[in-house]
Amino acid sequence: MSQIKHIAIKEFKDYFISPIAYIVIALFLIVTGWFFFSTFFIFGRADMRDFFSLLPIVFSFFIPAITMRLFAEERNVGSYETLLTMPVSFTDIALGKFFAATLFSAAMLLPTLAYPVFISFIGDVDPGPVAGGYLGALFLAAAYCAMGLFASALTRNQIIAFIIGCALCFTLTIINRMLFFMPPKIVAFIEYIGASSHFTNFSKGILDTRDIIYFISLICIFIFSTYIVMQEKN
Amino acid sequence: MIDVQDLTKYYNDFCAVDHINLSVAPGEILGLLGPNGAGKTTTLRMLTGYFRPTSGRISVKDLQMPKDTLRIKSLMGYLPESAPLYHNMLVYDYLVYVARIKGITDPDKQMERFRTLADLCGLSAIMDKPIATLSKGLKQRVGLAHAMMTDPEILVLDEPTSGLDPNQIAEIRAIIRQIGKEKTIIFSTHILSEAEATCDRIVIINNGRVVADDTTANLKHAGMQNSFVRLALKGPDLKTAHDFLTTMDPALDIRPLEPKEAGLVCFEIRPPDNRDVRSDIYLKIKQTDWIIMELARETQALEKIFQQLTRQEA
Repeated sequence: MSQIKHIAIKEFKDYFISPIAYIVIALFLIVTGWFFFSTFFIFGRADMRDFFSLLPIVFSFFIPAITMRLFAEERNVGSYETLLTMPVSFTDIALGKFFAATLFSAAMLLPTLAYPVFISFIGDVDPGPVAGGYLGALFLAAAYCAMGLFASALTRNQIIAFIIGCALCFTLTIINRMLFFMPPKIVAFIEYIGASSHFTNFSKGILDTRDIIYFISLICIFIFSTYIVMQEKN
Repeated sequence: MIDVQDLTKYYNDFCAVDHINLSVAPGEILGLLGPNGAGKTTTLRMLTGYFRPTSGRISVKDLQMPKDTLRIKSLMGYLPESAPLYHNMLVYDYLVYVARIKGITDPDKQMERFRTLADLCGLSAIMDKPIATLSKGLKQRVGLAHAMMTDPEILVLDEPTSGLDPNQIAEIRAIIRQIGKEKTIIFSTHILSEAEATCDRIVIINNGRVVADDTTANLKHAGMQNSFVRLALKGPDLKTAHDFLTTMDPALDIRPLEPKEAGLVCFEIRPPDNRDVRSDIYLKIKQTDWIIMELARETQALEKIFQQLTRQEA
């Protein structure tokens, strides 16, 4: 357990030692801020619904950028060997890196907490959907981090890790909008697989155990896949 | 201490390590020698638990490899080839991270350990520098400090001196010898003089197989078996000198060599029974007015044995 903590802290600090953290956070804030506020005043509604509806698609590009280095860089530099020959298990490493990436995603979301504060000056904000939205955003980010982590474990090339990560996250994000093309028998299944509908429930302020279980299972599946990839690669 | 049986590793269908057997006694310094690509690094990587062997058994003390890998890892300190480290960290931060992972979480104990390691590996001046800015030799020392963080019983060093300049090599070797007094050390190298100078026992690997496994003294002694005498004379021409020397003992194998300087004649003289013929030669030459410029007995050193063993197989 303490090994997971040490690895997570180290990886989390690593983001802020290098310029990655600042670039990613700044870009994230610019992109979400622009898209959210460019239509915000037209609708004239004091809520965050548009912001949360942006998140799945924005996350599917930003989170793989956060996670792409986790394994790929270590493999490339060779420090993976140093890490693996220390008394840590594969599970410690995978979970440590996963928590670091999730924590960083949370840090990326943190400045956006200013939006509901400012919006509350110009109208009444319903706190339920906002709180639910942020909780959902954390689950969504964690699930995408697990997928990005898996993508990073597959290769020693960060660009490939990024593209695979994007492909995975993007698929889960837009699969709900493809239902029209699917055979009717599997529509319900595909709808369940897609991340957007589960996340939308959160951002409406609905805490449904089905959605929570969906995200947790997604996280478990991809961390376990990462574990298997790590084992197979050695 | 360490017992390796029938260790084999295949990369797809390429056999990198082929049924290697090794055993290392406590307190021994074992040199793993071999040409590039012989399987040294692969063997060490399996020994440290980085690679899973295709087949074979590794046991350290009374621990077995797949089952107790974590505990074996905590008994060992490992310095991988060219010391891959986290480049964006400061040396101090890196050492703190390693100490925590390896279970030294108490800050006082950490400081105490860092002081010892800084003295031993000469890190005091670079503690606050980013690892990326360090020279290769300094990185190697940080790597060594990493390996020795918990004062492990076993140290595994993969080509600890490769790519270093002669001064740095001497320093690293001195460190190895110093810690080798109380630790079990396995290190790989392809520099023979290094193995000769530091190891108690040498294992030579070629094409994934052990081709020699003996104490350094024994291997050297084996090299003595094929000694010869180098002789350089000033005065006679080649034919006269050759004929004259042959009169000494017709059984001698006398071959002319390319002279190092103009005006000299050189010979390589091999006695059939491997005895030392230097005094005989001296007494013989003394009868003439030739001048002896060089008279030296050369043994077929480790280099020759190494070349023989690794070329035959190739």
